[in-house]
Amino acid sequence: MGFKIKDVNAFYGEKQALMNVNFEIQKKAVTAIIGHSGCGKSTFIRCLNRMNDLVPLFRVDGEILYSGMNIYSKSLDVTDLRRRIGMVFQKPNPFPKSIYENVAYGLRIQGINKKGILDKVVEESLKKAALWDEVKDRLQSIANALSGGQQQRLCIARAIATEPEVILFDEPCSALDPIATAKIEDLITALKKDYTVVIVTHNMQQAARVSDFTGFFMLGELIEIDVTRKIFTAPSNKMTEDYITGRFG
Amino acid sequence: MTREAYHKALKDVQDDVLKMADMVGKALKDSVDALKARDIGTSKRLIEEDILINKMRFDIEDKCLLLIATQQPMAIDLRTLAAIFNIITDLERIGDHAEGIAKINISIGNESLVKPLIDIPRMSAKGISMLERCMKAFVDRDIEVARQICNEDDEVDALYDQIYRELVLIMIENPSTIQGATYLIWAAHNLERTADRVTNIAERIVFMVTGKMEEMNVSKY
Repeated sequence: MGFKIKDVNAFYGEKQALMNVNFEIQKKAVTAIIGHSGCGKSTFIRCLNRMNDLVPLFRVDGEILYSGMNIYSKSLDVTDLRRRIGMVFQKPNPFPKSIYENVAYGLRIQGINKKGILDKVVEESLKKAALWDEVKDRLQSIANALSGGQQQRLCIARAIATEPEVILFDEPCSALDPIATAKIEDLITALKKDYTVVIVTHNMQQAARVSDFTGFFMLGELIEIDVTRKIFTAPSNKMTEDYITGRFG
Repeated sequence: MTREAYHKALKDVQDDVLKMADMVGKALKDSVDALKARDIGTSKRLIEEDILINKMRFDIEDKCLLLIATQQPMAIDLRTLAAIFNIITDLERIGDHAEGIAKINISIGNESLVKPLIDIPRMSAKGISMLERCMKAFVDRDIEVARQICNEDDEVDALYDQIYRELVLIMIENPSTIQGATYLIWAAHNLERTADRVTNIAERIVFMVTGKMEEMNVSKY
């Protein structure tokens, strides 16, 4: 089991963003979260590596167990948690450094500076992110010169470099063109061999294409989660069906 | 975001399927009436008009493909379009059965029928009734009615058995009726297959509503 989410409620001050969410996220599979804007899907995914801790007045109750440990436990090392549970955001956010240094960054802050190790990790990570062939001759070029799609794959390589177990994708293709989107989708499908992937997306076809499981959130509640094939062909819940067929929203 | 234009297009396709079913049901009724009345002119018209049924099938197929390509239908919408692909194929084949009966009428030519038609019009009326209620179940998404229609195929099979036995007896008693009796067996066979096609449509309606494909009444022919 990857994650076990038990009775999770989340609040921004007085406003409740997640309501009594209960489900399990499978290891080494892609789980997609869909729902309207403001339904709580981004809040949810950001709970999985405690990114919401940085938001003022945010609080969460209930339990999120990852590999059996409660990730909201006071004794937990949050930096280590975020190393194990990496995240890729909506807009590519490479550091204003070289391609090489972007990928090596996570290792350097862990105190790993040996060139041999860094070279190996940078190459492996860029290969896993399907970017190596496009950048191998210009690793010292500034990352911001890459195209949007390449920058997003660089961010994925940067996330992979620290050897996470889980990668969270928050709308990873919303700023990308269709070809770059297709590359990221292929990459997500390839990544599940080694990683647990959770993706938040507004694009239902994308969820249908890349994920093994899909959860539908509405007004902070998890309405339905099931194998993706079932959700998009014969969902059990009428609200899910109305949402994915565009009958409300 | 609701998708009004898409849902209207989806409804239009379903309305087209109903129109096609009306055309097919009328062709079937006219084909048997023409056989009974020995009306060659109507049979010739039905053969010509079968082209319109075939065209309607391809027009609906085109519209379904366009919706799939442009609107990415999902869930009930996707199942509806998948069901429609099969339903229009069965409707088109029922049209062919009506055309087949029209051709039989023309083949019989000036010969009189080897017996008065009683059970063949009954088979036709039963098949048309099944088709009409099936299309209502399609609109109403009514799986109970669809399942009931599948069971009714046995009644059509029983009528076919009865007609077959009767015509075989006529042929044994009087071998000069063999050709005329064989024509009527073919006509009855077209009607028996029609009811099977309606059963297929009913199965697709159950799939459309439940997402599960069930074979509900396997014809013994």
